[in-house]
Amino acid sequence: MLRADVVLRLGALDLSAEVEVADGEVVAVLGPNGAGKSTLLRAVAGLLPLDRGVISVDGEALDAPDAGIFVPTHRRPIGVVFQDHLLFPRLSAVDNVAFGLRARGMRKPDARRVATGWLERVGLADHAGAKPGALSGGQSQRVALARALATEPRVLLLDEPLAALDARTRLHMRAELRRHLATFPGARLLVTHDPIDALVLADRLVVLEAGRVTQEGTTDDVVRHPRSRYVAELVGVNLLHGTAVGDHRVRLAGGAELVVADPVPATDVAVAVRPQAVTIHRDEPEGSARNAWPATVAELEARDDRVRVQLAGPVGTGGGGQAGLVAEVTPAAVAALGLAPGTAVWATVKAVDLAVYER
Amino acid sequence: MTTRRGAHSQRGRPPRALVLLAALTLTFLLVPFAALLQRAPWSGLIDLLREPVVTEALRLSLISACLATALSLLGGIPLAWMLARTDFPGRSLVRALVVLPMVLPPVVGGAALLFAFGRRGLVGGPVYDGTGFLLPYSLWGVVAANTFVALPFLVVTVEAGLRSADLRYEDAAATLGAGRWMVFRQITLPMILPSVVAGAVLCWARALGEFGATVTFAGNLQGRTQTMPLAVFLALESDREAAIALSLVLVAVSLAVLLPLRDRWLAA
Repeated sequence: MLRADVVLRLGALDLSAEVEVADGEVVAVLGPNGAGKSTLLRAVAGLLPLDRGVISVDGEALDAPDAGIFVPTHRRPIGVVFQDHLLFPRLSAVDNVAFGLRARGMRKPDARRVATGWLERVGLADHAGAKPGALSGGQSQRVALARALATEPRVLLLDEPLAALDARTRLHMRAELRRHLATFPGARLLVTHDPIDALVLADRLVVLEAGRVTQEGTTDDVVRHPRSRYVAELVGVNLLHGTAVGDHRVRLAGGAELVVADPVPATDVAVAVRPQAVTIHRDEPEGSARNAWPATVAELEARDDRVRVQLAGPVGTGGGGQAGLVAEVTPAAVAALGLAPGTAVWATVKAVDLAVYER
Repeated sequence: MTTRRGAHSQRGRPPRALVLLAALTLTFLLVPFAALLQRAPWSGLIDLLREPVVTEALRLSLISACLATALSLLGGIPLAWMLARTDFPGRSLVRALVVLPMVLPPVVGGAALLFAFGRRGLVGGPVYDGTGFLLPYSLWGVVAANTFVALPFLVVTVEAGLRSADLRYEDAAATLGAGRWMVFRQITLPMILPSVVAGAVLCWARALGEFGATVTFAGNLQGRTQTMPLAVFLALESDREAAIALSLVLVAVSLAVLLPLRDRWLAA
């Protein structure tokens, strides 16, 4: 169990964040560049001392400025997989993995034998003698993981573990990393700016923005109820701010009103709507969709096999609706509806597709 | 790191002004060597080089320069590490003091050494009274003078190497359980090896050519403290041909050491 209550200032960053990771749990700290993710991780690893707060593993304090405790990095039961893997360039793969064991005083032949076992587990037994320069991105990532796990730490930290990989390797390594992480019994804390990494690898998300935790919860919870614009954009959800004007009605900042299926829980609320739930029509629709409004196509953006349509209108993610609502449709629908920037359309959302929650 | 051969051809011809100035500088550097070669007593050279004055001076020069380099490595690398990696009060003052021998006239350095380690020196006095050991006018005096003058070249080069080294590898080693000493030995030192070699070469070259501090502190005793530069200086007064021969040997030895190392380590 890792407990990190981190308060520290570093240059322009003012970090004050609390994260707890239970044994067997994977927590992802998700946030934009400069939010303080890596700083948080470095503090946990002991590479940066805290100004205030406490870091403890299984109840044992590692950094507690108030109590005058600071356990240096090399004595912490914490393994780290770094962003660029940082394999020692002059050592072979097996000696990289054996490094931590040697540091603990294990004799060279024994350390090599154990390290070879770890390389086998990540499927690299036949690359034991290879220097890091001769390994592919995916391979060096696996060596880095084996190296961090070989010392059998109680906590595993991963700093943007997949960021150094190209897109194709990344897809493959993400699934593999998930498998390897599952075999590690301790607490796992991973830092990433990539929501997909976070969603695939983590049980729980902690969103860090400008040094503060702005949201935390299960991945499901965060995706369904993003609480900030950043999270909404990140996990691909439209996030609308508004106030309750009835049990099932919300007035948005821009003045438009939405009908929601669930009872509105508070006065200040956020409404999340997935882009797939926004339907686009050329003419004013008739029928059951009570949330309908005229809009203009601002921008079309192809993403994978879908098209994201930015709609300018009274309903939007920014105050006054300047930042458009995003709808996601198929290329066929774009063709059938004749959508192009400037096209006047109608947008509808079913009340049941609007998730409303307290801000 | 190194520029690929022929890369300049893609950027067009080098500017004429630069070529001209570079050529002038090179001429200025090479003409004295040419003059030396031109005046060399080629016929009697072998016999001259067999003179004990020459062989003894050469032997002393090589031994003292190598010992000074070894001492500089032993003490200079830790000093450079302290300057680059730790923060202590008065660090900038220490850094200024370390490079002081670089800018100080070597004669002044030699005099200072005498006041410190001479028979009646600050440290040398009590040591002599207690043990009878005397640093000046001995081989170790030469080594001390050489080290004093050449050490800054090593410290400055190694410190620069430490500052440009990627600290993240040291962090990674620490997370694997390596204490600072193991990190230094196994990660830092291999990483800065090019700087260490470059610094050692500069240090050795400076020690080999040392004159002022040596003559002041260690004297000019043939066979004991008379190194090549001292022998050359003395010979210039009496036997010009011998001086030229000695100079040629010094040039040849320097080139033999510097040329192979230059390509391998100093080309950045």
